[in-house]
Amino acid sequence: MLRDTIHRGLRPVRPWMVYTLGVLPALLLVIDVFTGNLGVDPVKTIEHRVGEVALQLIVAGLCITPLRRFAGLNLIRFRRQIGVLAFVYATLHLLVWITLDLQFRWSEIGADLVKRPYIIVGFAAFLMLLPLAVTSNNAAIRRMGAAAWQRLHWLTYPAAALAGLHFILLVKAWPAEPLIYMGAILALLGLRLIPRAAPRRMPA
Amino acid sequence: MAQRYNSGLGWADVTPKAGWLNRRHLMMTMGAALAASPALAATGPYSTDEAPNSLEDITSYNNFYEFGFDKTDPAAHAGKLTTSPWAVEVDGLVDRPGSYDLVDLLKGLPVEERIYRFRCVEAWSMVIPWNGVQLSHVLDRVGVQPGAKFVQFTSLARPEEMPGVKAGLLDWPYREGLRMDEAMHPLTLLATGIYGEPMPNQNGAPIRLVVPWKYGFKSAKSLVKITLTDRMPYTTWNALQPKEYGFYANVNPEVDHPRWSQASERRIGAGLFASRVDTQKFNGYGDLVADLYKEQDLARDY
Repeated sequence: MLRDTIHRGLRPVRPWMVYTLGVLPALLLVIDVFTGNLGVDPVKTIEHRVGEVALQLIVAGLCITPLRRFAGLNLIRFRRQIGVLAFVYATLHLLVWITLDLQFRWSEIGADLVKRPYIIVGFAAFLMLLPLAVTSNNAAIRRMGAAAWQRLHWLTYPAAALAGLHFILLVKAWPAEPLIYMGAILALLGLRLIPRAAPRRMPA
Repeated sequence: MAQRYNSGLGWADVTPKAGWLNRRHLMMTMGAALAASPALAATGPYSTDEAPNSLEDITSYNNFYEFGFDKTDPAAHAGKLTTSPWAVEVDGLVDRPGSYDLVDLLKGLPVEERIYRFRCVEAWSMVIPWNGVQLSHVLDRVGVQPGAKFVQFTSLARPEEMPGVKAGLLDWPYREGLRMDEAMHPLTLLATGIYGEPMPNQNGAPIRLVVPWKYGFKSAKSLVKITLTDRMPYTTWNALQPKEYGFYANVNPEVDHPRWSQASERRIGAGLFASRVDTQKFNGYGDLVADLYKEQDLARDY
């Protein structure tokens, strides 16, 4: 069965190796910078690419639970790394915006943060990811207790929805890509609303 | 006498073609100092003496949704566009309406070189050396009737050559419009070339509008129809999102787009360290055009 093959294939993969994989998109960007492969507006390309990787990782993170529940595929031991990487790319996205795009024009950055819905929404998503990244370690789970930790990490859901909305709000007209991301995010959140079957009662 | 703005010199006289094709490469290898001093002669009172973008910048970063939403789509897909023969229909309130072959429409009119700043509503900008004729000269040729108050421009919508048209990305054909005084203004150009070469397909071949004090979307590409009318015409972006895109669409750092700031812009072309500069009202052409709007509240007539 495919599921078992995947489980077998992933057995030697250690969670930290996900980080090695996660460096690749950034590495490709750096290579593209030095080979002049980013087009005439490299700043926008970098900004969009790191933002999109963050969004992709958020979607990947949201897939873990439904895959286990509906397909029996257990990738949960990679979830923390995926989440932390999503935060890292979201942070890069924010930093590129502040440095290369807005070029430290703090008054404009400040105005954007209070006036522009797409900036507000994107920044809110980033702020939600921040405590999740900080508590993505075993010590935090022990300190907080599993229940409280899980409650905190439900912030993933609004953060994902806001990240998808952020993309839709910044484009002109209605290109397909942001709508596809939003559709995927809402579908993955919707799957979580499907009630789990009640435990079967023993016949009396 | 528009002829006096024509120095008789072309780009070939000041910059070898290989030079401007490679300007980008030179900039990357020799540093930014070179970027500040390309060998360019300003031509006439309407041209800026700012350094123009390279042909590569200008032809590989385009918003031309007839070919797709991405900035690289026009360069990738516009090669198929048939631009010859090309007819422009002139109709509405004109003395000599009809379908004009492009050559006949422009025959004998002075082709000028105009280096204009070009500011996109998305808050990026370039400097582009256009070649073209003043729209006013073409309108004089067809004879504008006294009742005409506006001009509508219609772009080509040919699904078999334009994937974005085929996909229905916008309400095609693309239409734009100007008030008569804007249309007759000497800055307003019907451009037929860039850097002395015929207009590249992805930039709106073979003939496009250029209105340098307005956001780029006003400068409709690949024109097939010019209509003189007595009422404010339908314009594509205004019809799609009227709260975001007004009919006038004058560059104005004081009037933000509802979703983003227009206070500053990124000048495309210096790579990773392209500088962000303050946006100028009327894109810096205020001394030439501000009078057109002195009766208007520009926050309302955005």
